[in-house]
Amino acid sequence: MLLIHCPYCKEKLPELEFEYAGQAHIARPENPAEQTDAEWRDYLFIRSNVRGDHAEQWRHSHGCGRYFNALRNTVSDKFIATYEIGQACPTSHAEGEENNEQLES
Amino acid sequence: MSKFSAMSLLKGALTGYKNVEPQWPDAELKSEYDVIIVGAGGHGLGAAYYLAKEHGITNVAVIDKGWLGGGNTGRNTTIIRSNYLYDESARLYDHAVDLWDGLSQDLNYNVMFSQRGVMMLAHNVHDVQSFKRHIHSNRLNGVDNVWLTPEQAKEKCPPLNIAANARYPVMGAAFQQRGGTARHDAVAWGYARAAAARGVDIIQNCPVLSIERGLDGSVTGLQTARGFVKAKKIAVSAAGGTSVVMDTAGVQLPLESYPLQALVSEPVKPIFPQVVMSNSVHAYISQSDKGELVIGSGTDQYVSYSQRGGLPLIEHTLAAICEVFPIFRRMRMLRKWGGVVDVTPDRSPILGKTPVQGLYLNCGWGTGGFKATPGSAHVFAHTIAKDEPHPINAPFTLSRFETGRLIDEAAAAAVAH
Repeated sequence: MLLIHCPYCKEKLPELEFEYAGQAHIARPENPAEQTDAEWRDYLFIRSNVRGDHAEQWRHSHGCGRYFNALRNTVSDKFIATYEIGQACPTSHAEGEENNEQLES
Repeated sequence: MSKFSAMSLLKGALTGYKNVEPQWPDAELKSEYDVIIVGAGGHGLGAAYYLAKEHGITNVAVIDKGWLGGGNTGRNTTIIRSNYLYDESARLYDHAVDLWDGLSQDLNYNVMFSQRGVMMLAHNVHDVQSFKRHIHSNRLNGVDNVWLTPEQAKEKCPPLNIAANARYPVMGAAFQQRGGTARHDAVAWGYARAAAARGVDIIQNCPVLSIERGLDGSVTGLQTARGFVKAKKIAVSAAGGTSVVMDTAGVQLPLESYPLQALVSEPVKPIFPQVVMSNSVHAYISQSDKGELVIGSGTDQYVSYSQRGGLPLIEHTLAAICEVFPIFRRMRMLRKWGGVVDVTPDRSPILGKTPVQGLYLNCGWGTGGFKATPGSAHVFAHTIAKDEPHPINAPFTLSRFETGRLIDEAAAAAVAH
């Protein structure tokens, strides 16, 4: 079972308290009416699905109830960092930098 | 290669099976192929077989980073059914069931296809309505599926608990008699053997590093751990690893890879006659010919390539199994494992061409690819050979995520697929 650190509760707790909520840092289009079909596809459906460090959202649903972000390695399932919504994705991890750039591009 | 028959079995029995020959050679990678298929699972090997058999294309390699059939083909719970809601899906999955029937003869290899029937339990009013809708839709599409009362379900499957005060009361079940199971390893081995006999090279333990494209954008070949190999056409059939492989060709996909777990019990005498699935309590179960109960659960909630999942899910699944089949409460489990399944937003596969010339894609089967193996491989081979989709897989395009013409099988697939 994963042990997940909630950045709001400042506590490491079992996975059962949390709900996975998909890839992080996907911004909703500011002008929905001007989006092309391809842009909608990218926003709604296309996911990085990286084999490596993955920025993702979790919700502490059986705790504080708040969403937060996490950087986790999808091969080892090890959490590299968890951080509050609105904060930038940490890039301290050496291998993480390349993947994070891909996520933002 | 010798042909299997009653006579060859008898001869083998009398001579102690001392002269068993390899069923396919471990091929060397050539410098150029007409078609290279990435991923030596059932889908990939099957596509190679149908390319050779039906389209006369034999300069084909199937390449895999591990051993053949070692991915999801060797990790699933071997359930076969075709009771999907929408017309497109019914045609695709039923095409597979039609091919399962007769596959052993076609391959001259016993895949142990057993049409023991698949029962899907309804535990609440929503389940009842949804399954009845599926049954009506299936029957319009010529797919067999009938409604069973709790008593009829119990009659078919005696270990089932239909007590009114059960934790998960059984309000009825949908039953597809043509569904069942097959021996998963034999499917990979049978296709490998039959494809190799027609000249297909099977390259194992050779990771693909990247898909290379020329100046005009079309594919030129593959960079592998054993060097560069030229290819006119490349077909990716890599399940959970598809996003990673396709990323090297510059194609981003609407896929997420999740762990999916399964487990088996100690072997016991025949007790469980069908496949029983319970979508709303997230468990499915059948008994293998070896006597083990084969139990599957839903996907873990997070994206992962680890090929193992968390124990909470196993606990949840077994709790459900023990409630629905109290007789199994004292059964001991032998082992559990995980595979990595590639899930699309609409729970339907992507099977067809890509924006890249010469690059073909078979992915997104999520938690239910095994059942479709022969059908998927058959129409995928057609797509590769003719450079256009077969009518059956034509709706399962990558572009449907742009046009919005989704095939939303989330209800049929749900967690248990």
